[in-house]
Amino acid sequence: MSEYALRMQNVYKRFRRGEKHDSLRDLVPSLVKRAVRGDRERALAPEEFWVLNDISFDLRRGETLGIVGHNGAGKSTMLKHLSGIMEPTRGSIEVNGRLSALIEVGAGFHPDLTGRENVFLNGVILGMTRQEIKRKFDEIVAFAELEDFIDTPVKRYSSGMFARLGFSVAAHLEPDILVIDEVLSVGDFAFQRKGLDKMRAVAKGGATVIFVSHNLQAVAEFCERGILLERGRVIEDGPTDQVVRRYLDTAAVHSDRQVAGPARITRTTISTADGQTGRFIAGQPARISVSVEALSRAEKVAVVLDVFNTDFYEVFNTSSERLGQEPVSLDPGQRAECTFDVELNLGPGTYYLGVYLYRYDIQREYDHIFPATSFVVTSDRDTRGAANLFPVLSRYAVIAPPELARRVAN
Amino acid sequence: MIEAIKEIARNRELLYMITWREIRIRYKQSVMGLLWAILMPLIITGAGIMVRIVAAKVSGNPITSADIGGIGIKALPWAFFVSALRFGTTSLTGNSNLVTKIKFPRLLFPLSSVLTSLFDMAIAFPVLVLLLPLSGVRFAATMVWIPALLVTLVMFTAGLSILFAAANLFFRDIKYIVEVILTFAIFFTPVLYDASLAGKWRWVLMLNPVAVVLDGLQATIVRMRPPDVAWLAYSAVAATLLLCGGVVFFRRLEPRFAESI
Repeated sequence: MSEYALRMQNVYKRFRRGEKHDSLRDLVPSLVKRAVRGDRERALAPEEFWVLNDISFDLRRGETLGIVGHNGAGKSTMLKHLSGIMEPTRGSIEVNGRLSALIEVGAGFHPDLTGRENVFLNGVILGMTRQEIKRKFDEIVAFAELEDFIDTPVKRYSSGMFARLGFSVAAHLEPDILVIDEVLSVGDFAFQRKGLDKMRAVAKGGATVIFVSHNLQAVAEFCERGILLERGRVIEDGPTDQVVRRYLDTAAVHSDRQVAGPARITRTTISTADGQTGRFIAGQPARISVSVEALSRAEKVAVVLDVFNTDFYEVFNTSSERLGQEPVSLDPGQRAECTFDVELNLGPGTYYLGVYLYRYDIQREYDHIFPATSFVVTSDRDTRGAANLFPVLSRYAVIAPPELARRVAN
Repeated sequence: MIEAIKEIARNRELLYMITWREIRIRYKQSVMGLLWAILMPLIITGAGIMVRIVAAKVSGNPITSADIGGIGIKALPWAFFVSALRFGTTSLTGNSNLVTKIKFPRLLFPLSSVLTSLFDMAIAFPVLVLLLPLSGVRFAATMVWIPALLVTLVMFTAGLSILFAAANLFFRDIKYIVEVILTFAIFFTPVLYDASLAGKWRWVLMLNPVAVVLDGLQATIVRMRPPDVAWLAYSAVAATLLLCGGVVFFRRLEPRFAESI
């Protein structure tokens, strides 16, 4: 067997942006055009772009690889190529071993079927045999903590329960190569921890793992090696820490991004009242403003803020919705501005601000920039940690009784 | 083709599960439950009897119970054909999240639609067996032809479903076209009437493999005669070619499914 679990060599993938003809009515004119022009190894047409642009890397058995990159950098497309769902326009992909891809939790779940039925269905879809599922069934249900609801149709589940069950099935696969896309961001915090621990156990068992997440902390903790993608190219490949740092340093280009959703973030600033940016003094009031633009009709857009420190711990998170502000709906071309007044009660250090556009009721992410901007906080006091409690040392004196003090002195 | 069969054999559990899901959902959701499988053939039979009564009035030949039996026999496979094709055509687009998220042979989707409809037919079959003796049908040696006829029908249906499923993924208006064709196909196929009614133009009707199968079923069960072997051979060859062609076509387009859906 090859020492490599996975090899990608000079992989290119051409995508077309905008509308495709997907009715026969539109096909005929385009066929005529194509017949006149010829196809195949041609150059890019104006409406086309390389979503993967000359990607090459090898992955050894047992390696854990994290893929990071901004929205639209090509992460998901790359995973789809690894798992064989898509085929490259050019280049070769070699996969040695049984590969399982968790690109969506609960794929194939049907709302009218019970949890039990869905476990079997989903398990087989993900590549297990029914015997295997039977054997692991109790374990799967226990892991999802759904023993009491397993015979309830999943349409009565909360979204958290749904996600937990889906993840639990997936976590009990025993693949040689495991590809995980963002699925760990399901459920509550405790369950995310549990999921990450489970993945770690899979990796310890010798599996090769490829992990894509916006949760940089998880990527850094979990993966030994990282790849940074930008506009379909690998721009950094090395130890995760180094890759994540590079990622954070490449400030997101706000405009000129491909976004899937109907709305995008066009500008993010954090500044003091007198317009100063970049450096702040702890405790200082600051204003964060986010500009939003609708590309098509965007319903119920809420703005979410996320502050991370350099260890990628989330130190702060809020949103317009959680601050009691109704989400806004935008017509195509319409813009909106959202301003948060904050006090930077942070410990000294560098922080990264992430911004999301999110629709809460259907849990849809319209856009996501991380980091949208970064800033440095300094303090007149030497403290460590993410929070700043503004300590004032008011007293420090020996208060032992005199005889004890004497004994110590002697 | 051999590659495709191997692939399906490897994924037979998955085929079973997807089919099971379809059946489960269909029977769980509908108020009528099992009646669902019987209703469609019943309506077709009812329509057939209606047509026969009118025809009997016009021609002066009285309608016989054997005629009614013949309609019942043809209604069931026709209902299978229509429902398999209808579900098969939308089987890929209706499962778009699986098509874009998980890797496995997409052929399983149209095939499971065919199997699901086959299951419906199996449910309605006992009803037909109970009713047929009423119209004078007796057991006959010619019934050994039934499996060959049904296999031909299933292969032809599977071939068409596979073709349309792939085509509908790229062109969403295919399903409307299929819908229109299915609505009027009953007039071009001898379901409600006998192929022999067309006289010397019978061969035009028989170019349709489904017509050959229906005609054959009626002949072997009601008239206790062997089917028209030459036409059956033609249909079997046509069905095989269609199925193979469909599979090859489908598999050639398969890599583009995820990005085109």
